Amino acid sequence: MLRIMGKKLGAPGFTALPAGLALRSYSSSAKQMTIREAINSALDEEMAADQSVFLMGEEVGEYQGAYKVSKGLLQKYGPERVVDTPITECGFTGIGVGAAFYGLRPVVEFMTFNFAMQAMDQIINSAAKTNYMSSGNISVPIVFRGPNGAAAGVGAQHSQCYAAWYGSCPGLKVLIPYSSEDARGLLKAAIRDPDPVVFLENELLYGEAFPVSAEVLDSGFCIPIGKAKIEREGKHVTITAFSKMVGFSLQAAEILAKDGIDAEVINLRSIRPLDRATINASVRKTNRLLTVEEGFPQHGVGAEICASIVEDSFGYLDAPVERITGADVPLPYAANLERMALPQVEDIVRAAKRACYRSLPIAATA
Amino acid sequence: MACSATAQIIQPLSINSARSVDNSGACTKILSPSSFLGSTPRINKKLFAVNKSISSLARRPTIVFAVSSDVVKEKKLKSNSSLSNLLITKEEGLELYEDMYLGRAFEDMCAQMYYRGKMFGFVHLYNGQEAVSTGFIKLLKKEDCVVSTYRDHVHSLSKGVPAREVMSELFGKTTGCCRGQGGSMHMFSKEHNVLGGFAFIGEGIPVATGAAFTSKYKREVFKEDCDEVTLAFFGDGTCNNGQFFECLNMAALWKLPIVFVVENNLWAIGMSHVRATSDPQIWKKGPAFGMPGVHVDGMDVLKVREVAKEAIGRARRGEGPTLVECETYRFRGHSLADPDELRDPAEKAHYATRDPITALKKYIAENKLASEAELKAIDKKIDELVEDAVEFADRSPVPARNQLLENVFADPRGFGIGPDGKYRCEDPKFTEGTAQV
Repeated sequence: MLRIMGKKLGAPGFTALPAGLALRSYSSSAKQMTIREAINSALDEEMAADQSVFLMGEEVGEYQGAYKVSKGLLQKYGPERVVDTPITECGFTGIGVGAAFYGLRPVVEFMTFNFAMQAMDQIINSAAKTNYMSSGNISVPIVFRGPNGAAAGVGAQHSQCYAAWYGSCPGLKVLIPYSSEDARGLLKAAIRDPDPVVFLENELLYGEAFPVSAEVLDSGFCIPIGKAKIEREGKHVTITAFSKMVGFSLQAAEILAKDGIDAEVINLRSIRPLDRATINASVRKTNRLLTVEEGFPQHGVGAEICASIVEDSFGYLDAPVERITGADVPLPYAANLERMALPQVEDIVRAAKRACYRSLPIAATA
Repeated sequence: MACSATAQIIQPLSINSARSVDNSGACTKILSPSSFLGSTPRINKKLFAVNKSISSLARRPTIVFAVSSDVVKEKKLKSNSSLSNLLITKEEGLELYEDMYLGRAFEDMCAQMYYRGKMFGFVHLYNGQEAVSTGFIKLLKKEDCVVSTYRDHVHSLSKGVPAREVMSELFGKTTGCCRGQGGSMHMFSKEHNVLGGFAFIGEGIPVATGAAFTSKYKREVFKEDCDEVTLAFFGDGTCNNGQFFECLNMAALWKLPIVFVVENNLWAIGMSHVRATSDPQIWKKGPAFGMPGVHVDGMDVLKVREVAKEAIGRARRGEGPTLVECETYRFRGHSLADPDELRDPAEKAHYATRDPITALKKYIAENKLASEAELKAIDKKIDELVEDAVEFADRSPVPARNQLLENVFADPRGFGIGPDGKYRCEDPKFTEGTAQV
């Protein structure tokens, strides 16, 4: 067990064993766990281990969580530690920050990160900047978590992806899990981390089940912050993605494989700090890059990754970097329009083919 | 319109002094714990002639209570000026005087240094409001928290942050309390529990409420014997801000040990309080949320201190929050960059006659608590302390280049530090469970 742990996490070549292979060798005894269960168990274990961890947000207590993520926690830990708040994002986020200043370890849940915009002042000005402004005097061990990005037909004001916004702020760590292993490990690392962490989940993934190994189920399991994971190794094109788009990218990779294109899919896991080393190493191997995200195109995560590759590995690129993003419009409601406004598997496949075959740059109109 | 606005402002001044309180028998009653929640509605009629809605208040015998500053006067008149009946002892009097004089001397020195180019950016001075800071903060223990706004130099000094550190911070030197990284508006001190220093008005109020939440959490979850109190200082402009109301609600709902101290200096930069607020009586916002709202003359440190004792006592006993409106005035502009043209010179002159330091000096002299010489000795000591602070700041080094990228995170490697101080990922045993699931 210890040796495996050392291989998995201690070595810089975290990706020494392709994750797919590692899990497949356990698949006969692997348990299935949904993201909801993963987050719930992570919260449960961290609250049991450390009394200063508490959960605060709308409907987290008696309602068992707006998406049932905090189910059972109120019954187990009581109302002092699972705090139902009034609908006052700015106020209760600030209360969380103040509690973190003064020694507790709050987990502040936003029903969706869209509502967190009302608390932006507290997240950025009070939480992110304080360790720097006080020169290390006052640290802020707080976690802001909740669903991010588009759900199904919830309209423009409930569907924005905030990875790029939070990712541009020094002082924040921004994590965005895909699988249950990610969700568990990253949330536990986030809660134990002494700095403000924004933990962006995805509502549509809550019910999706993933296989988890025995290590993942261990109550001490943590994933390092700032390390991306190579979900699928390949040699022709690198695809970076996060959250739900990782699933789409893996599906696209299966389709591309039939056409002879071997795609490498990187699950970013950490938007800030961005794992530039892993992405660059991958691009130096494949020479082609495709970034996939659900958010708006301008100033998005893909733009940052593209700039990073240009800075570090320009000579290795054989084709311009492709960006697959959501459409540059507030998300529409109609189901067919919504589908058009968000990246789909076909878009990723088309873009990968463009990256592999084209010799002249053309406008990216998929 | 401007004329009438100023006329309205000046009115309350005369009202304050003329306000006679029909509570002769209730003198001692007012200062007892439970009476904070009782009220003699008739007091409120004379507060601000501006607002007619007071009469509706008279019909409601509720929590609203304006502690009259005349309580102090009455008590004094009743006594034979014997020391045992005074509000403060000699030591306390000298302590209050010293703290207020330190605040004044420090801020005056800041102005000088700013105009000499040693200090830069936004500097907001506290001249004239010292009674509020001294009156409240000198009643706190070291573990209690203070959260302020950008006008936070004197709050930090009263709480115990050394003058040298504050001055260095203002000069942007590495010996400052935040090593020059915060500046005038962001004073933080873990040792003295000064939790900032916030540039956005209203931003500190939720943070203070969170610190109070922590005190309560320590009592209920950690089962510690914790009676730490938090004071949130903010101004009249903040009282129209959403965060203020959100926190009044939650503090009263959860009975948090916090005192919301409004330093109503009647002006938010150039916006007069009456022009910005539908109902200028801020203390009334307390009862709307279920906590006592108290109005006090913020130019008199003894009155502030009496109210503070009561409010802090309430919080310590677990009875919940209080909203205290201190009517005060800033002698200088909003900041050193503010030309301060909108305020009527007559108003400024009037408040200058009510200088809190002069008033305390007079009180001490009249009641023979200390001699002129002792006060002068304090003046000299403080002047030297401030001079020393300037010299210290002057000769301190500017931050080194590598300081730029430090302290963005408490844990830059991002993996977490274990209880033994080492990185978790380097501990081969870290997956051994630390929790029962």
